[in-house]
Order: sequence, then structure tokens, then C-alpha cells
Amino acid sequence: MVTAGMTSKIAVRNLSISFRETRALKDVSLEIPSNQILSIIGPANSGKTTFLRSLNRLNDLERDIQRTGNILLDGKDIYKDFDPVTLRRKVGIIFALPMPLPMSIFENVIFGPKRLGNHDRSELERIAQKALRDAYLWDEIKDRLDEMAMKLSGGQQQRLCIARTLALKPDVVLFDEPCSGLDPISTAKVEEAMLKLKKEYTIVLVTNNTKQAARVGDKTAFFLMGELIEIDETGKIFTTPKDKRTEDYISGRFG
Amino acid sequence: MTVFQKFREGLVEWVIRASGVASIFIVALILIFLLKEGGGLFQTQKLGDFLLGQKWYPISEPGEFGILPLILGSILVTLGAAAISVPLGVAAAIYIAEVAPSYLKELLKSGVEILAAIPSVVLGFVGLATIVPWMKIIFHLPTGLTAFSGSVVLAFMAMPTIVSIAEDALHSVPRSYKEGAYALGATHWQTIYRVVLPAASPGIMAAVMLGIGRVVGETMAVMMITGNAASIPRGILYPVRTLTATIAAEMGETVQGSEHYFALFSIGIVLFVITFIINMTADMFLHREPK
Amino acid sequence: MFTARSRENIAFFILFLSAVIVILPVGMVVAVILKNGIAAINWEFLTAMPRSGMREGGILPAIVGTFYLVLGAVLFALPLGLAAAIYLSEYAKDNWLSRVIRLSIINLAGVPSVVFGLFGLALFVGFFHLGTSILAGSLTLGVMILPVIITSSREALESVPKYFREVSLSLGATKLQTIRHAVLPHALPGILTGTILGIGRAAGETAPILFTVAAFYLPRLPNTPFDQVMALPYHLYVLSTQVPNVDPKIRYGTALVLLAIVMIMNVIAVTIRSHFRKKKKW
Repeated sequence: MVTAGMTSKIAVRNLSISFRETRALKDVSLEIPSNQILSIIGPANSGKTTFLRSLNRLNDLERDIQRTGNILLDGKDIYKDFDPVTLRRKVGIIFALPMPLPMSIFENVIFGPKRLGNHDRSELERIAQKALRDAYLWDEIKDRLDEMAMKLSGGQQQRLCIARTLALKPDVVLFDEPCSGLDPISTAKVEEAMLKLKKEYTIVLVTNNTKQAARVGDKTAFFLMGELIEIDETGKIFTTPKDKRTEDYISGRFG
Repeated sequence: MTVFQKFREGLVEWVIRASGVASIFIVALILIFLLKEGGGLFQTQKLGDFLLGQKWYPISEPGEFGILPLILGSILVTLGAAAISVPLGVAAAIYIAEVAPSYLKELLKSGVEILAAIPSVVLGFVGLATIVPWMKIIFHLPTGLTAFSGSVVLAFMAMPTIVSIAEDALHSVPRSYKEGAYALGATHWQTIYRVVLPAASPGIMAAVMLGIGRVVGETMAVMMITGNAASIPRGILYPVRTLTATIAAEMGETVQGSEHYFALFSIGIVLFVITFIINMTADMFLHREPK
Repeated sequence: MFTARSRENIAFFILFLSAVIVILPVGMVVAVILKNGIAAINWEFLTAMPRSGMREGGILPAIVGTFYLVLGAVLFALPLGLAAAIYLSEYAKDNWLSRVIRLSIINLAGVPSVVFGLFGLALFVGFFHLGTSILAGSLTLGVMILPVIITSSREALESVPKYFREVSLSLGATKLQTIRHAVLPHALPGILTGTILGIGRAAGETAPILFTVAAFYLPRLPNTPFDQVMALPYHLYVLSTQVPNVDPKIRYGTALVLLAIVMIMNVIAVTIRSHFRKKKKW
């Protein structure tokens, strides 16, 4: 059923994760093609966020976690062939609530590159500008780069977090319900950014909002109780889902 | 990451882990050295004679090293201090945690913190100048250097510990407990002594124990105020000698490697064991599951 | 007739009195020392050597001695204590080892100060052959204030929001980089407060330095860390109990200097703490 993983950006094979006694993911396998947006939908506790956080090994920080199965990035195993630090530079993540660090906007954006050892001021400014432009934030704050990031509005902060991740030039950007705390206008701006970003990056979006998934995703995957129920092109999932549970969720019979 | 960077990170992390474990190492080291320097006593003395002997004449020939008078001296001073500091300290903690308006609360908490910061030698000095003469006058004693004088001063050294830990315990009683009582028509005071106090009692027990531990371990103020009679105390209004004061007062005059030297270290072992037990018990109280 | 209400009022009044009694000595001590000691404070007192067996002159060597001892204690205890706190906050797992470490710190905090003195005598003066010296005294004091620094640093580190670490790690920083750039800067006020409180404590302790460094009468300043030295707490003790016929105002003056140093340290620490508590941006 799955291809050899040579053309997909990320290939997940039989991933199962348990926290202590609870099974969070059961035998999930899927492929994520490059330069596309994969939307992941499903009710609460379906394992979507656990799945997402596996892709950049953020789950390593959890205690008492057991994992079987593989995840491949460009054909290489993210546990055997990468160390977590290098992996996380290639696979960035945007969290649900905007999480600026208590520093200036500029310092936030260049946090990643600085840790890589880049201390050339003009180089860092160049990186910051490109990242902020790609995140659709540059015009709004270009005169205020030294202001504290926490003074920005929620929507601006979230776009700052996107810029922060982009500054590292990752291959993949993960979005974990990024608009859950935002107003509709900010949400629209974030979605606009995502659509433009997929030209250069591969994007995985976890969202509670099925309409957002439909707007933005090239492919959509439906998770329920830790299992991958169905994955297909977004149009097909929303018009002719193969599994009844998918149909029930999309039409709002449960959620 | 380069190999060099990885190596450097590994080294720093190793240092951090080693530092983490260091405190276990230091406690063990203290015990080891106390035993090393004090154990020599038991080549010539019996443990029973040491712990229960009633005569502490370390410089006579032959020396007698019974520490019972010192143990009793410590107990007397400690009991006296506890009798004063426990009721006052717990009452003050209740006031601060439950009754005091917020401006007064901050003031009182700061006051307690300042009290805790006063060095023991300063309290001993002031006690010497105030409490000791008063004792002499009030109780018509030949000297004001008594166990009770020590108890009074030490009580105020224990109070900050008791107040702050008890206050923490009272503060962490869940609001729901109190609200339940109010809903049944209880007054604030009734709620406090029927609901809050019992719920906080493990923490208050711990506070009291740690306060007592502080008193047992106190050296300078005791040395300056309780007189220097290293014999079985005749009562709380008589001079006594505590375990701690004995070490501090006599170590300067002993010859290294002499029996007296070993004996003083052995007293150190006794003190270490006592405070170890007190601290372990108090910690058990602090980390019990709440009822 | 004792209604519930009147019982409450009486009870609360008694509680109030208790609280007042508890902090009364603070005012009393400060008042007594200030009143009797202020007369002794002048430039000569603070900067000259003692003369006539401490009955005249100044207390400079004691002040300098205390300064060196505290400096040494902090140089030992701060790096070690901070590293230990980082271990406990950022690396330790919830297992028997961290429980034992925690218990060790609690025990260390409860060891009587005179027992530290014995330990210092046996280990630093004796075993390491440092002799009675500033070095031995500082190390002993350092061990004594270690729990204070570890505990306050650990609390400061743990109060930094968890998400700072997650964000930093997800941006590809290593654990150490995360600690250094995303955690430590925000724990600094708490760490500083704890250190200053430790300084106040070290400055006021007598028993640990009794057998490890303190000199009875040494009217000159130290030259090397291996020298003996006078120290303010010990000096006060000696003046109060061993030296007859001293002008009381010299005794009170010494007490005043010691108390002032300790109090200033505490005030600085508390000020830093409340200033940064207000300024917290999260």
C-alpha cells in the first residue's frame, strides 16, 4: 500500500505510541509528499498532536513514553540517522498558543540561527527580514524590531513564531492548531502564509476546524482514538469519504 | 554539531550531574569524618558510659566522659524553648495565614524574615544584656545565666522557622474545605480550628519539628546565656550546659588526638544523628498524602 | 455570655498578640543595639586596628576578615550550588536518586553549625592540611550555605515557564543552549536573591569559624588565604564573654556593624526579589 518512501518527504511506518498505560497512537502509517499541505483532523484525544510531535521528536521530552515503528525524513530514520538537534532544525513547529520568548522581536526571530553559531549582525538581519516577510509580518513591525515581542497582538505573535521557525530554513513546518487562539482576521493571515509557504516547504497542519482543513490542505487525514482512519485528497475526503466515521465527524455528528 | 562541540557539551553536562550528586557526597563525608575523629574515643571508653554517664570531667585524670548532663541540658533548654515558641509560633502563623489583612500580612512576614536573619551571636549578645539581668531580678537568682534564659532567647530563634513552615501549610489547605464549612454556617474562627488546623496538621507538625531541630543545633546564643555548669541540671532556673555549647567552648583547649578531642567529636556524632532523625521525620510529615 | 462571635473576637485578638510578640524582638534588638552602639561608630572604629587588647581602636581586621571569609564561601558555594540546582531542575528524573539528593540537601540544611565547625576542622584544617586559615574557614562556611543556594536557585529555575524550554528545543537548540539562553537569564533574580541571603548567613555565623580560622586578637590584615583572620561574629563573642573591662559602647558598636551588614544584605535581597516579581513579563 505505501510506496518505498523515496518520493515522500516524510514516511511514517507502523507508528505506535503509549504513555504509561494509555495508547495514544495505534499502528499509524502514512506518507507526506513534499511541498504540500497535509491537514490532520479529528476529535480531541484522537492522537493528532501526539502524531505531530513525533515528527520532530518533541515527544522525547515526555516521560514514560514507549514507541514502536519508524519515521523517515527523506528516506532516513529520524531516530537512527539524525540527532534531535539537527532534526528539529529541519522540522520546525508552531504551537497552538503563540509563545514568544521574553526578548525583542529581532532576538526571537534569530534565536535559532544564533544557536547555530551565526553571530554576524548583517547576516542575521538579512535572515530575519526574509523570515518576517515570508511570515507576512515584516511590514507591520519593520520599524519596531527591538520592541519586546510580548507587546505584539496574538495574531502578530503567532506570525512571529512562524518567522522564528522559518529563520532556520527548515524543510518541514508543523502547525499544531495554530489559530485556536486567534481572531478571524489573524487566522486568515496565518492561512494565507501557509498557502504561500508550501512552495518552499512541506507543511503538516493539525486542526480542530474542519473548514480550515478543507480550505488549506492538499491532502487530509482523519484520526480517531489514536488510529488513522482515512487519508486522501482533501476534495475526496470532504465530498466522498470512504469510512462512515469520517463522514460522521465531518458532518458534525460528533466532535 | 561538531565533534568538539559535542565533547564540550558532554563535559559540561557531566559537571552538572556530578554537582547534583555532590550533596549526597558531602553529607556522607561529614558523617565519615565525624566517625573517624570521634571513633577513637571508644577504644578507651564504653558507649554506654559515654551516653549515660553522669559525670563530664574531661580534663581530670583520668577523664570522665559521660554526656548525660549535657543531653539533659540540651533537653531542658529545648523543652523550654518549645513551650514558648510552639504556641506563639503556630498562633502567629494562623494569624498571618487566616486573619491578618493584607498590608499587615506583608509586614508581619517581613518581620519574621528579619528575625530569622539576625545572627545567633547578636541575639546572644542582646540576651546577655537584657534577658539575663531580668531573670536574675525577677526570679531572685544568684545568676541570670540559666536554662530558662536560654530557652527564651532560643524560642525567638525557632519562631521564624515554625511560623513560615506552618504558614505555608495553612496556606495550602484547599479553599473548598473552608468554603464547605462556611456554607454550613460556621464562623471564621470555627472554620479555622475545626477544618483548617486539622487539615494543615502534618505541615504544622513538620514546622514544629524543624523549629525544635533549629533549637537543638543552636550554639552561640546558648553558650553565652545558659551558664556553664556541665553537671546534671537541677532545674530550669539553674545554669546548664548543652551538647553544642560543650563542643564550642572546649574544643579550643583540647589537644588533637587526645581523648577529650575524640569525645567532643563523638558529641558531634550524637548531634548529627539527632538532627538527622528530626529532619527525616519532619520531611515525612511534609510529604505525606493530604487527607 | 460567650457567643460564637465573641469567642471569635477573643481568639483573633490572642492570635494578633502572638504575632506581635513574635516580631517584637526585632524592634527590641535593633533599638538596643542602635541606641548603645551608635556612639562608637566613627571613621576610626571602622578603619583602625584594635589596640590594648581590643579595648581601644577599631575593628578593621574583623571587618576585612569577615569580607574575605564570605567571599571565599560564595566562590565555593555559588558555582557548585547553581550547577546542582540546574541538575535538579533540568536533568533529574523522578527516581530514588533525586529523592536521596533532596533528602541530603534537607539534612545539610539542618546540620548544627558547630557540627560544620567540627567537619571543617577534620577535613579542611586537618585532612587537607590547610591549617586554621581563611581557606579552611571559607570552605566550611561554603558547605554550610550550599543548601540555601541550591534551594533558592532551584526554585528560581523551576519558576521559569516550561514552554520557554520547549520553544528553544524545537528551534534546534541543544539542552545546554536552552538552559543558557532561554532559562538561566530569567532565573537570575531568584538566584541572586538566594546568593545574597547566603552571604548574610555566612557573615553572621560563628561556630563554623571557631575552629577553622578565627583568631582571638590579630591586629593586622591577612596576606594570604592561609592566614588566620579575625571575624566580626567571633569578635563580638569574644568581647562579650572573654574580655573584661571593655567599654560597652565598643561591644555594641561591633554588634551594630555586624547587624548592619547582615540587615543590608537581607534588604538588598528582598528588594531584588520584589522588584523582579513585579516586573515579570509572563
